[in-house]
Order: sequence, then C-alpha cells, then structure tokens
Amino acid sequence: MDHTENITVTPKPADKEKIRKLWKIAMILGIITAIEFFLAVFMPRGILLYSVFIGLTLVKAFYIISEFMHLKYEVKSLIWSIAIPVIFLIWLIIALMAEGGSVFNINF
Amino acid sequence: MAVSATVTKDTQKNIWDGGVSPLKASYGKLMMWFFLLSDAFTFSGLLITYGFLRYSFPAYEGSLNAFKPSQEYWPVPEKIFDAVPFLHGVHLPLLFVGLMTFILILSSVTMVLAVEAGHRMDKQDATKWMLWTIVGGLTFLGCQAWEWGHFIHGTEEGLALSNGVLFHGANLQLNEYGPPLFASLFFFITGFHGMHVLSGVLLNVIIFYNIVVGTYERRGHYEMIEKVGLYWHFVDLVWVFVFTFYYLI
Repeated sequence: MDHTENITVTPKPADKEKIRKLWKIAMILGIITAIEFFLAVFMPRGILLYSVFIGLTLVKAFYIISEFMHLKYEVKSLIWSIAIPVIFLIWLIIALMAEGGSVFNINF
Repeated sequence: MAVSATVTKDTQKNIWDGGVSPLKASYGKLMMWFFLLSDAFTFSGLLITYGFLRYSFPAYEGSLNAFKPSQEYWPVPEKIFDAVPFLHGVHLPLLFVGLMTFILILSSVTMVLAVEAGHRMDKQDATKWMLWTIVGGLTFLGCQAWEWGHFIHGTEEGLALSNGVLFHGANLQLNEYGPPLFASLFFFITGFHGMHVLSGVLLNVIIFYNIVVGTYERRGHYEMIEKVGLYWHFVDLVWVFVFTFYYLI
C-alpha cells in the first residue's frame, strides 16, 4: 500500500500581506466592541443608543461574514442564496415587536 | 477530451445545465453554509422572542443610578451583569462579557490563520493556530461557566418573597433580577450558544488531531479546517448578536 509511505510536503511561504489584513480586521472588531462597551457605560439609554448598537453590530457581522467566513469572495449566486432567506427574519422582527406592544397594552 | 470540451461549450450557454459546479464550492462547504443558515434562523427565533417578551413588559423608567431590580419591570442589563471574577462587590458593568466577546473574536482570528496555513499546506502553522483556537474556545467556555455560576447564586441583596424568605440568584421559576422570564431567556439563549461553542471545540479537537497525525497532508488538502472554520466563525457571529441584544440593549 503506497499511502503508508512518508510524504514530504513543502509548505508555501506565508503571504504577509494577507495575514496583516486578517489582524487588521480583528483589530477593527475589537475596537468596535470597546466602543460599544464605553457607549453602554457613558451614553444615556434610549432609541439613539440602541440604533448605534444595532448599526455597530451589523458592521461587525458584515466583517465576520464577508472576510472571516470568506463569503465576499464566493460566486454571486452563493452570496444571494445565503443572503435572501434572511429577509424572513426582518418580517419576524416586525411581527413580534408589534405583537409584544399589543401584549403590553393588554396586560398593563 | 471531447466530453470536457462539450462541457466548456455548455458552460457558456448555461451553467445550470449540469456538468459543472455553478456555486464553485465543494459539497461539504455548501452544506455547511445551508446548515448555518438554518441555525441562524434558530438563534434569531430565540433572540426575537427575547425582544417580543421584553416589549410585553414595562421598561424601567427611573434614573439609572437609582435602579433596583424588581419583578415589576424588565431589568437594565448593565446593572445586572456587573461582576468580574476575583473582584467581589466592585461594580464593573459589562466588563466581563466584553472580555468574553474579545476572546471569541480572537479565537476566530486564529481560526482564519489556521485556514490560511492549510491553504499553504503548512502543517506546523496549522497545528499551532488550531491549538490557539481550541484554547480560546475553552477560555470562553470557562468564562461562561463562571458567568452562569454567578447568575445562579446571585447577590447579597436577593429578592424578598411574600412569605418573608430572602431568595438569592436565579432558576427557571424565580430570580432576583427581574421578571421570571428574564432568567429563563438568559439560560436558553446563552445556554444554546454555549452548547454550540462546546460542540465547536469538540470539532476543533477532532480537526486538530487529524492535522497532527497528517490525515489532511495525505489527502492533499486542508479543506476540513475551512468547513469547521465556517461553523466556528458562525458561533462568534451569534455571540456578537447575543452581546448586543442581551447585554447592551
């Protein structure tokens, strides 16, 4: 059986530029988390703060999905077949927020 | 040769006629993507339920400094999650969860670096980064275990029950932090995510073992790191949302 023989694979040299880019994205994600943390402590709570939080979360999600999960570099049809079904969630959020409001009105 | 020539000709007409892979991704990777999509729906179901239940309870209206946990209104999370290990009694809002988020992001980075090393067929680098990813995952799980322990055991203040007994901490029926559902959702959402991290760590250990014994080197490619990497990044992604919707807002 030839698959038991010793195979010597010479690894290709690391692409410094690519690795630096990955650490840069990690730094962006870390800084955004730090900003969120400081806003939570020092900014008054309210719609404005919540919108900022959701915005920053979506920025983080975009970086993780497009760069770390590499989706940005896949073919268009794969990107869309992952992204389009997420529309259902927007519907669910709107539906359940409205529902939550009316449950509140009945109870309180 | 003739067959492949025909395929190339057809490709120009319609890539969906067969003979080629239109999505240019392997079966395993595609299935991982669609599994993650379905898993995203599950997590969204939990988080949107959190939003729904929160909106059906009164919000806390008074000043933030005067906040006292009560069954009457939904608690302000930064007033509840303010403990850090070894710093008993110090009010450090959200510092510990912030740290957990950071740990998970770092372990995501080491995972991409392992994938990158796999592309270069660099066994030594892949081993190193995979090990760091496992360390990051285990650290996160340890932090979460502490977080749960603290949440369950509660604080000195506790909750005065109608029969005069002081109740500390939280379970699925009762908690000192707010309405019973607040603790139930905490256990469900962070617990479900924790189970994902745990299974992610187990998968990472299997991959790590296979890298070390040279399975992927013999196979000629390290695509398994990529597939499990997708799952690992997804777990990180979910935590980003849990951090925002459970702890920040």
